[in-house]
Amino acid sequence: MNRQKLDKIKKKLRRSSVGIAGVGGLGSNAAIALARAGVGRLVLVDFDKVEEKNLDRQYYFLDQVGKIKIEALKDSIRRINPEVIVETYNLKLVKGSMEKPFKDVDVVIEALDNAKTKAEFIEEILLKLPDKPVVAASGTAGYGHCDRIVTRRCGKLYLCYDEHAPSSEDDMLIAPRVGLMGNWEANLAIEIILGEDK
Amino acid sequence: MSIEVNGRKVDWVENETVSQLLKRMRYIFPLVVVKIDDKVVPKKDFSNVIVPDNSKVAVIHMISGG
Repeated sequence: MNRQKLDKIKKKLRRSSVGIAGVGGLGSNAAIALARAGVGRLVLVDFDKVEEKNLDRQYYFLDQVGKIKIEALKDSIRRINPEVIVETYNLKLVKGSMEKPFKDVDVVIEALDNAKTKAEFIEEILLKLPDKPVVAASGTAGYGHCDRIVTRRCGKLYLCYDEHAPSSEDDMLIAPRVGLMGNWEANLAIEIILGEDK
Repeated sequence: MSIEVNGRKVDWVENETVSQLLKRMRYIFPLVVVKIDDKVVPKKDFSNVIVPDNSKVAVIHMISGG
């Protein structure tokens, strides 16, 4: 690969920042991918603690059970790439102030689990931070059907989307598909930061 | 006189609100994000905002799971 292109990309990523709303299945996998890719600053927002049942798809380990997710994830990122600056907000995103932690990031990733909160979050960010690119995911439950997943772009909203997927209220969340979509979101964030790879 | 909803051309109906359009399109799922000509329509305004002729409407269906 062209050395100059590689250096330019690394530098651009190092100077960039991504905010992640929710660090469950989607968010923890996206955060790890972005840290490995060398994104300079990550803003992680969540209120949950790691539970044993999360380990079937979320990027945590048995010895992290009981820890606050954002702290556990920060620790894992440090073990992969200590140069990444990780800012953490241990809070539940509530309607009316959802945009606050994300004001100064380049890209926002929606990685929440509940459909209602997802819709509220996307609406609030698009309305309050209209210039901010938002990456969201809808349709993570189940397994298989990789080729049903598409990127749908709608202005500043980039959606990793499978409109035929079941809801997680009716179906299982299984590691490969959740990881796929979390990484898909991270990949979209990188594309937004760097521009299309031509 | 027509509008485009999720890439599909449909008739434009005078004075039709977002809520009425969603109903007409049989988009029964409750958890959606709606954009008209790339502007977000807040959920609370679905029953007041009129869909203009020639507009492009995007209806995004949010499904639980993450």
